[in-house]
Amino acid sequence: MSAPTGTVALFATCINDLMFPDTPKAVVRLLERLGCTVDFPLSQTCCGQPFTNTGYFKEAMPSVRNYVETFESYEYVVGPSGSCIGSVRDQHPMLAGRLGDPGLQRRVEAIVAKTYDLSEFIVDVLGVTDVGAYFPHTVTYHSTCHSLRVTKVGDRPYRLLKAVRGLTFVELPDSDQCCGFGGTFSVKNPDTSVAMGTDKVRHVLDTGAEYLVAGDNSCLLHLGGLLSRMEAGVRPIHLAEILARTEEDLVEAGTSANSEGGVR
Amino acid sequence: MTAEPTETVADHGVPAVHERRTPAPPPVTLIGMPKFPKNAKKELGNAQLRSNLRHATTTIRNKRARVVQELPHWEQLRLAGEAIKNRTLRHLDDYLIQLEESLTANGAIVHWANDADEANQIVIDITRSKGVDEVVKVKSMATQEIDLNEALEEAGIAAWETDLAELIVQLGHDRPSHILVPAIHRNRSEVREIFLEEMGRYGTPPPEGLTDDPAMLAGAARVHLRDKFMRAKVAVSGANFAIAETGTLVVVESEGNGRMCLTLPETLISIVGIEKTLPTFADLEVFMQLLPRSSTAERMNPYTSMWSGVREGDGPQEVHVVLVDNGRTKVLADEVGRQALRCIRCSACLNICPVYERVGGHAYGSVYPGPIGAILTPQLRGTASEVDKSLPYASSLCGACFEVCPVRINIPEVLVHLRNKVVEENPGPSLQNIGMKAGGWLMGKGSRFGMAGKGAEAFGTVWPGSKIGPLPIPGWAAGWTGARDMKKPATETFRDWWKKREKTAGRGDQEGQA
Repeated sequence: MSAPTGTVALFATCINDLMFPDTPKAVVRLLERLGCTVDFPLSQTCCGQPFTNTGYFKEAMPSVRNYVETFESYEYVVGPSGSCIGSVRDQHPMLAGRLGDPGLQRRVEAIVAKTYDLSEFIVDVLGVTDVGAYFPHTVTYHSTCHSLRVTKVGDRPYRLLKAVRGLTFVELPDSDQCCGFGGTFSVKNPDTSVAMGTDKVRHVLDTGAEYLVAGDNSCLLHLGGLLSRMEAGVRPIHLAEILARTEEDLVEAGTSANSEGGVR
Repeated sequence: MTAEPTETVADHGVPAVHERRTPAPPPVTLIGMPKFPKNAKKELGNAQLRSNLRHATTTIRNKRARVVQELPHWEQLRLAGEAIKNRTLRHLDDYLIQLEESLTANGAIVHWANDADEANQIVIDITRSKGVDEVVKVKSMATQEIDLNEALEEAGIAAWETDLAELIVQLGHDRPSHILVPAIHRNRSEVREIFLEEMGRYGTPPPEGLTDDPAMLAGAARVHLRDKFMRAKVAVSGANFAIAETGTLVVVESEGNGRMCLTLPETLISIVGIEKTLPTFADLEVFMQLLPRSSTAERMNPYTSMWSGVREGDGPQEVHVVLVDNGRTKVLADEVGRQALRCIRCSACLNICPVYERVGGHAYGSVYPGPIGAILTPQLRGTASEVDKSLPYASSLCGACFEVCPVRINIPEVLVHLRNKVVEENPGPSLQNIGMKAGGWLMGKGSRFGMAGKGAEAFGTVWPGSKIGPLPIPGWAAGWTGARDMKKPATETFRDWWKKREKTAGRGDQEGQA
């Protein structure tokens, strides 16, 4: 394992910061365990995707500029979200091209090249698939559309999960079909969103897994909301939180795996 | 011989000016057409539709995946298809003139139509000049787009659909819900009922003892259509491709009904969108591989008909080609949106779309449904009406459509681009506009977002319990919590946890257990 010499900037993402702090905490724990120096620049906010994908390009620009200013001095930017990382890579250059100046465009392109989803950073940059995690549970994995088709993390999350000790992996049928979250789609088209989510949840329940794993908490917010409403007893969990957990953690905590509990 | 005019239009709510010749479809009026979410809600409640669509789309998309995997050079074919279409669109003015010259040299008569009304009038005038009051039709999206059947009906001309699924739709007083399989929303027992109820009113009735056996249903349609084929003097078709170099039109179909229409009648009128042009005959090589595998999941298309003008003593002796714009040049002017004109109407994006699979085609309120409809229709029609404004939002942006598109139309990119267009066109003081502006400002600085985090922590602290149940607040809050619980915000944001961690002396120590 060759840990990078430079500091890794954690891009927590706005939704994780406010709603799922356990996920970025897990990223810090995991990356430090793997020998990285992690920093969390406090000036960070959002990738701007909620604005961009609703059609508010002008309103997304403060997020784009802020991302560049916050992270451009770091060697690596790592975030636990295929969707937010995908937005940085796919949409920031488009937005800078349309509404920015050539200078901003160049800075955006430079930062895109060093922005990674967590699973990519661990597998490609750190060169690790066994991160020394222990999670004695049956899990299934939803690939999430933007991890799969925008950020293109491929089979990295599967390789990471399958190397976790104690973990039993069950394949999720139709795992590549959208769960129906889709950002503001979930509230602009709530009925269709729920219809899609209900089918996804049906597949999850069919697996008999205790945990539904994904690399995006926003999709898990939606699916977890459905699971919670139906009292289904399946827990959504971010990939990072599984990878961060070791046997010592479980002994020390002596509690359930999900410290927050309840709906995600 | 003409069909019995037994149907009265008043039954179907269309203003009656004369007795109808063909079954009346439900009226389509753009003004007052509900937004996509409202249409979708209605369709989602139809359990039969949900089951028909799930079965049909799952079957066809799995089959497509299998036959596409067989070709190791599929990606190169897609790139070639994209490149040919891009080149054609870049020089469309030149290729169209070349197409007109080639067609004319082959003995075809070329007409130009700016819009649907002009195109329809051309067909009406030609049909009337032949002294007939009916035409047979090859399945064609262009004629659906210009609503030709209803224009002909108003002019006293009956247009008979001869594609099996289009026949089911027509006899069912229905509208197509899919580009390739227009009756995908019907199952075979529904088809049987439609045939029993309607077939006899418009020609040869179905045989005694009709069951819902697909072969028997198809047999009934064959017999019903035979008489119409044999007596037809005028046929109307579209075209999948129009070759500028040779003046050749191409129709790709699976049932042979198209071949009947294209060869038997004396006069053939083809309605062709101007973007259907291909520069050379050799370009077909790429598309005849891309189209069948993407649409019907077949390795080779069953009936491919090509004709280059008039051949004396063989086939139609009068060949008309109506080149239709109907908004296409406007689409061409949009640098991002123009890629939608590459579409070859294969329907792969519909079959893979998780939204389409749940709501079906009618919810889109547009001739072109599904992902391609959500980007094509608001460009062709504009984004003035409520339904057209809502179409770019009728997608979760999952990106599956882009992956399967044989000509690599980046549908999510165009959707987001069109959303931006809708936003820019509607700058009023709406709740959404104000919210997005405020949000944009908030995300401009970490300190501002940190303040919002304080508010979220306060909310998370005072809110009883770990989740938020159904909220009676209309709008997005009710939209979310109607069927889903909402997690409450954290009582300590990550950034506050981090700040605390940094403050403690042992920076970097493992004290992160919350």
